[in-house]
Amino acid sequence: MPNPDPLLSVRDLRVQVGRRGPQILHGINLDILPGETYGLVGESGSGKSVTGLSIMGLLKRPLNVSAGSIHYQDQNLLKLAPRARRRLRGDRIAMIFQEPMTALNPVASIGTQIAEMFVIHRGLDWPAARRRAVEALDSVQVPSPEERARAYPHQLSGGMRQRVMIAIALACRPDLLIADEPTTALDVTVQAGVLKLIDELCRAEGTAVLLVSHDLGVIANMCQRVGVMDRGRLIEEQDTVALFSNPLHPYTRGLLAARPRLGSRVEGGRKRLTELEEIVPPNARGHDAPTLVTPRGVRAARAEATA
Amino acid sequence: MTGPAPLLEIRDLSVHFARPRPTIFHPAEMLRAVDHVDLTLHEGECLSIVGESGCGKSTTALAVMGLQEPTAGTVLYRGKPLNGPGAPGRKERARIAQMVFQDPFASLNPRISIGRMLLAQLSLHGIASGSEARDRVAEMLTRVGLSPDHARRFPHEFSGGQRQRIGIARALMLDPRILVLDEPLSALDVSIQAQIINLLMELQERLKLSYIMISHDLSVVEHVSDRVAVMYFGRVVEEGGWKQVFTTPTHPYTRRLIDSVPDMDAVLAQRRELPPPAPVPDGARFSPDISARPDPRTMPEPSHLATIGPDHRVRLAGKAP
Repeated sequence: MPNPDPLLSVRDLRVQVGRRGPQILHGINLDILPGETYGLVGESGSGKSVTGLSIMGLLKRPLNVSAGSIHYQDQNLLKLAPRARRRLRGDRIAMIFQEPMTALNPVASIGTQIAEMFVIHRGLDWPAARRRAVEALDSVQVPSPEERARAYPHQLSGGMRQRVMIAIALACRPDLLIADEPTTALDVTVQAGVLKLIDELCRAEGTAVLLVSHDLGVIANMCQRVGVMDRGRLIEEQDTVALFSNPLHPYTRGLLAARPRLGSRVEGGRKRLTELEEIVPPNARGHDAPTLVTPRGVRAARAEATA
Repeated sequence: MTGPAPLLEIRDLSVHFARPRPTIFHPAEMLRAVDHVDLTLHEGECLSIVGESGCGKSTTALAVMGLQEPTAGTVLYRGKPLNGPGAPGRKERARIAQMVFQDPFASLNPRISIGRMLLAQLSLHGIASGSEARDRVAEMLTRVGLSPDHARRFPHEFSGGQRQRIGIARALMLDPRILVLDEPLSALDVSIQAQIINLLMELQERLKLSYIMISHDLSVVEHVSDRVAVMYFGRVVEEGGWKQVFTTPTHPYTRRLIDSVPDMDAVLAQRRELPPPAPVPDGARFSPDISARPDPRTMPEPSHLATIGPDHRVRLAGKAP
């Protein structure tokens, strides 16, 4: 086998609204390898965030997992007791969200919120945990970390808050970081810095990343492999360069064509953009969408076997 | 000056806000949201203002719309001032420029049907009434890619893309010459963005509209603009034709902005190359220095927009020669 064993395997994951409501995810199959950055890209409502939340065990009612499995280190996360799952969450599998202001506690200082991770998951006492929190702030390149550890979330800029979120998420050196639109709320120059930071820290620690984003440019720059989601299905999965140079699924082709490219006007002129519907036939979406064979072949073959 | 006056001219526009004082004994510090901005919009053109949050691009747009009183400076429409004594009233102004907002849902009244909202403009301005007005509404809905039947529906019954079409229809109802588009695409999905860009380009050509587009999405700006102004901390740091700004980005801030765009083509090519800057005179220094964040409490250093090529200006330190 050329591939190492996956760190996390999602098999036939189905998510439903209530017991009889509509299905949100229609059988997702994906593997995340140790240390790789895997991108999930799709439009709003495609199910990419729900996939991330399911892995994290943070689905809110009425959403619930109706079938499938999520294997991490020989244990099915979906069968785990809530207590055991809580121990993993934040420690082995951590998550950062789009809007750090709503994810951070507004009435606790930054330092306390980072230190909490060391107290809960590592059993440190508070003074030691606070010292580690300052180190963690330093590692995410927050200037004057001792001072900032005493600050509250509203006293920091958006980019700084997202760095704090990264410090919290990576505090326990997790095996997997789920980043759900981590830079969507940030300015481009700040985004570039935050993405570089995630990339450097995770590379250094060998942390795998599941990056959920609607931004094809961000995905292309960060990920080794990319899965494209549409209407609750993973419709294509390829290595990044292969996906962007040779998209196989009509929906992926439509998505890539719909975006103007920087620098393309000099030669191409001010053309009208190709709209998705012009490339994607209606029967290529939803129930009739083909799931595409990846160059590796492994995942798609399994998908067929379960179908 | 020769030739007719440009459609819209922003002359030396400044909008300053007083910052909250720590105590009443402190002098009020001023936040220079927009500081001595000069911009020109010609008939049928699309002028884009780019920059990061807080750079003053939206405040500039609000000042053009008359929704923000400028501290100093004037906005001229065909050579006549839009603010100050003798300026046209709100009604007249509404037929000159209209605005399309970022979040169409927040800017539509949830309790009024689309048709009623569009009809109200026609009757308020005494343009049309009765069946003629209804015909106009139907025509407008068709023009923006909706169906006349949609007039009976309410805002919540539409998707995000449809709502932005309604926002555009609302703005066009009085047949204005200028549309101010404030981040018209950032709330939309990629596939819907393409539809709205196409609609905007098509409408511009058909109705001979002029656009002022506020955006942070440089790929879109490059694709649709005729002229581009880059703003940084209330000032225009680079300005010119789209080609000049994008093929020879010269101010360090413009270069940083373009370099920060996550670009998929660069990944495929395995390298990232910024286009070369245009040459600047010997000894010239760019203003402001972007290696440090400008302090909004200090007076900005004297600087001027220097012409460095045909239709290309960049902000240099020092007084204008």
